[in-house]
Amino acid sequence: MKALAALALAALALAGCQREERSFRSSPTESEEKVALVPLFPGSSGPTSEVSGKGKEFEGNAYHLAQGKTLYRWFNCVGCHANGGGGSGPALIDDVWIYGGSIENIVHTIREGRPNGMPSFRGKIPDDQIWQIAGYVRSMSGNVPKDAAPSRDDHMHPRPAENRTPTFPPVTGGNTPPSGQAPQ
Amino acid sequence: MKARTALLLSVLALALAGCRGWQSALDPQGPQARELAWLFWMFTAVLTAIFVAVMIALVVALMRRGPPRADPLAVDPAGERRTNFVVAGLAAATGVTVLVLTGFSFVSQRNLFRVEEEAVTIRITGNQWWWDIRYEDADASRSFTTANEIHIPTGRPVKVKLVSADVIHSFWVPSLMGKQDLIPGQENDIRLVADRPGTYRGQCAEFCGLQHAHMGILVVAEDEAAFDRWRDAQIRSADPPDNPDRQKGLQAFLSRPCVMCHSVRGTPAGGRVAPDLTHVGSRRYLAAGTLPLSRGNLAAWIVDPHGIKPGVNMPTMKLDPDDIDFIAAYLEGLK
Repeated sequence: MKALAALALAALALAGCQREERSFRSSPTESEEKVALVPLFPGSSGPTSEVSGKGKEFEGNAYHLAQGKTLYRWFNCVGCHANGGGGSGPALIDDVWIYGGSIENIVHTIREGRPNGMPSFRGKIPDDQIWQIAGYVRSMSGNVPKDAAPSRDDHMHPRPAENRTPTFPPVTGGNTPPSGQAPQ
Repeated sequence: MKARTALLLSVLALALAGCRGWQSALDPQGPQARELAWLFWMFTAVLTAIFVAVMIALVVALMRRGPPRADPLAVDPAGERRTNFVVAGLAAATGVTVLVLTGFSFVSQRNLFRVEEEAVTIRITGNQWWWDIRYEDADASRSFTTANEIHIPTGRPVKVKLVSADVIHSFWVPSLMGKQDLIPGQENDIRLVADRPGTYRGQCAEFCGLQHAHMGILVVAEDEAAFDRWRDAQIRSADPPDNPDRQKGLQAFLSRPCVMCHSVRGTPAGGRVAPDLTHVGSRRYLAAGTLPLSRGNLAAWIVDPHGIKPGVNMPTMKLDPDDIDFIAAYLEGLK
């Protein structure tokens, strides 16, 4: 009985040794996720989407989220979206998503660009870095695991850290700019 | 016995030969480094002498056997007094030694950080894992940015301002100066002087992450005329490509992720988060002292930076083989 308890304890202790895997040597090939690019679709049923699971892997990985946070600053997302509160670009810390709030949608938004201001970064930002930024953008509204979200800023804090942000599940809404709407 | 002495001497000579070179505090090339080397040898000599004296006294005390004493508890006042004097004298000598050595250290420290009118001011920003270098000048058009390699004029004091963009680093060029930390949110100043022309290697001396070991910096000391020539060349923008291959390289460079982080003055590339590449071809090393600069190494670095420096911020990119060749040719020609 005692031996069994000791074994169980040892197994529990060893389970704590597991570390997050960091993949530095990213694949340069572009990912292909089949998601709706706009919330508009014909008929009553929603669009079908097919995702590879890459999003889950990036959202739950503290290294990728921290890299995304750095890149968000380096690539000047701050210039339009500020620290998430929005400026000439929409806010990112709220729950309202014009073009979809899943990580796959955000990857598409960054890669392809959106009407009225959001530039396309296809060919400018390597694919895995786009996924890192998209994961970080999800963390700004609390939609990633709390234990993986960044907990501190290198600079002055404009708002509570991402791992303390309450979760706002994405809802479709916001003002689609006229040029982004389907022709009538 | 003679053979053994000869062997010992040759081993010692070999060990000391290891102290020479372009990155050694025991091969000083400037007044500050000499000050430090003198402190090192002086401390080593004094403390070695004390250690040897104590060991000899210990061995003598162990070997010497006095006559057996009739009554071990009997007190001999004269003997006691003598012992007291000796012990008190040695304790005082220890105190004096510590005080004198502290005095030497204090004087050296003052010499090390003496403020002299500087000829050149350089601002070095530590990044994971490279050095961003800005030559400051009162005339803004003569300020310029480079990376991982600094040139200094010999015999003139150079002011180095040290700051950090992310974590704590430490700037250490052993042949010229002691260590000084680069701390986020704070500026530390040191001064460098090199006696004679030469190339000295420096190294980050504060563990700063995965690639801390591959964070080298090169200091090239040269005479005033050569330094001025180098500085004038660095101030200029990059020359336009001089052949069709390099022209293609420039186009590929500008249409690929390179421009998100790197800048080449004189082109639209203006990224500020990675080393400035305006005159990358004139540097001796690539990736903060990791690879000697050559076209092949440039191509290898672009194709697989994480195979060379795992964890580095340079990403793996999707590039056509031709583009890699052209980009490497373009960068190599940025003299």
